[in-house]
Amino acid sequence: MVTLEILAISMPISVLLGIALGTARVYGNVIIRGIASAIVITFRGFPVLVTLLLIFFGLSDFGIYVPPFWTAVIGFILCSGSYQSEYVRGAIRSIDIGQSLAARSIGMTKLQEVLYIILPQAVRRAFLGITNELIYLVQYSSLAFVVGVPEMFAVTKTFNSLYFRPVETFTTLAVVYLVMISVLVVFFRGIERRLAIPGIELTTK
Amino acid sequence: MRCAEIFGLGLLGSYLPYMLEGAIWTFALVGGGLTLGFAMGVPFAILRVYGGKGAKAAIDAYVWVYRSIPLIVLLFLYYWGIFPVILGVKLSAMATSILALGTRDAAYETMIFRAALESIDPGQMLAARSLGMTRWQAVRTIVLPQALRIAIPGWTNQYAIMLKDSSICFALGVLEILTRTRYVTISIGSYFIPYLIAGILFIILTYGGTKVFNIVYEKVQIPGLVGGK
Repeated sequence: MVTLEILAISMPISVLLGIALGTARVYGNVIIRGIASAIVITFRGFPVLVTLLLIFFGLSDFGIYVPPFWTAVIGFILCSGSYQSEYVRGAIRSIDIGQSLAARSIGMTKLQEVLYIILPQAVRRAFLGITNELIYLVQYSSLAFVVGVPEMFAVTKTFNSLYFRPVETFTTLAVVYLVMISVLVVFFRGIERRLAIPGIELTTK
Repeated sequence: MRCAEIFGLGLLGSYLPYMLEGAIWTFALVGGGLTLGFAMGVPFAILRVYGGKGAKAAIDAYVWVYRSIPLIVLLFLYYWGIFPVILGVKLSAMATSILALGTRDAAYETMIFRAALESIDPGQMLAARSLGMTRWQAVRTIVLPQALRIAIPGWTNQYAIMLKDSSICFALGVLEILTRTRYVTISIGSYFIPYLIAGILFIILTYGGTKVFNIVYEKVQIPGLVGGK
C-alpha cells in the first residue's frame, strides 16, 4: 500500500515538473534556463539512491529532517521529472517554428502560444517517453526501502528474514510488479489512443 | 573552523582514495553486465526478427518479464533464492550482481538491437538471397555489420543507465562507489559532502563513458550508410 501511496503522489507531480522543466529549458530566460538545466543535469546524473540518501541523510547535516516517506516522494519527483523533461524538451523542439509564428501573428501572447498551441502537441508527442519514465518510476519506488520506507520490497525483505522462503517471497513480489506494470502499460496505451488527434502524427513508434 | 567540523572535511580527505577505488568495482559491474547483456541481447534480437513463432513468443515473454521486475527484487531473488536454493550454487555478491544486471540488460538490448535490425531495408535481404547467399549468410555478412553500428547510440544509453543502476548492488554489499560512500559517511559522521561527491563522480563517469562510446561510434561509421555521414 505504501508503494501505491508513494506512486499516487509522485507520478502526477513528476509529470508536471517534467513539463515545467522541459518548457523552462526552451522558453525561459537565461536565469530560468540555467536553473532548470542545473536541476535536470543533477538529478539525471545522480543515481536515484544517491538522491534519496542525500535528501534523507545529507540534509541532516544541516539539521533538516525529511521524513522517510517524503524523502522518497521528493526524490522520485525530482528524478523522474528530470528524465521526463528531456522528452518534453525534445518534443517542443520538434514542433514546426511556423506554428509559433502563426500563433503570434494572430495576436496571441507568448504565454498563450506556449499553453494553447505548443504544449498540447508537445505533451502528446512526448507521451510515450513520459509514460516509459513513469514505468521506471514504479520499479525505482522499490528503492525507498533504503531510507526505511515500509514499501513492498522492504516488507517482503522483512517477511523473508522471518520465514526464510526466498524463492517464494521474492517470486511473488516479482509477479506483483509484473502485474502492476502490465496494467499500467495497458492503461497508458488507452490514454494515448484517447489523446490522439486524427491527422496529427504524435508518437513515432 | 566550525564548517569543516560539520562536514568532517579533514577526515574525508583521507577517505577519498577509498571512495574513488569503488569506481573500479563499479566499472567491473557495468562491464560485466553490459557484456552479458550484449551476449544475450544480440542473439535474442536475431531470433526475434528471423526466428520461428515459438522463438518469437519466448523472447517476447523474456523481455516482458525482465523489463517489469525492479533490479533490487531481481538481485534478492538471485542471491537468496534461485542460485542457492534452486540451483544449489553459492555465488558471490559480485557474480550475482553481474548476472542480475546482465540478464535484465539483455531485455533492453534485445529491444534496441531488434529496432536496429528492423531499420535495415528488407530489399538488402532480398538482394543477398538473390545472389545465392543462405539466410544465415545474409544476416551475418550483410545485416549484422550495419545493425551493430546503428545500435551503438542505444547501447551508449544502456551504459549510462546501468552505471547508475549498479549503485543498487550496494544492497548485496558489493564494494562499489555507493557502498564505500556509505561506509565513509558512517565513519566520519557526516553525510552531505560524501554523497554529493559520489553523485558528482557518477555524473563524471557517465559523461566520460558516453564520450568513449561516441568516439567508437564515429570511428566505425561507414560513409554513405545509415548512421554514417
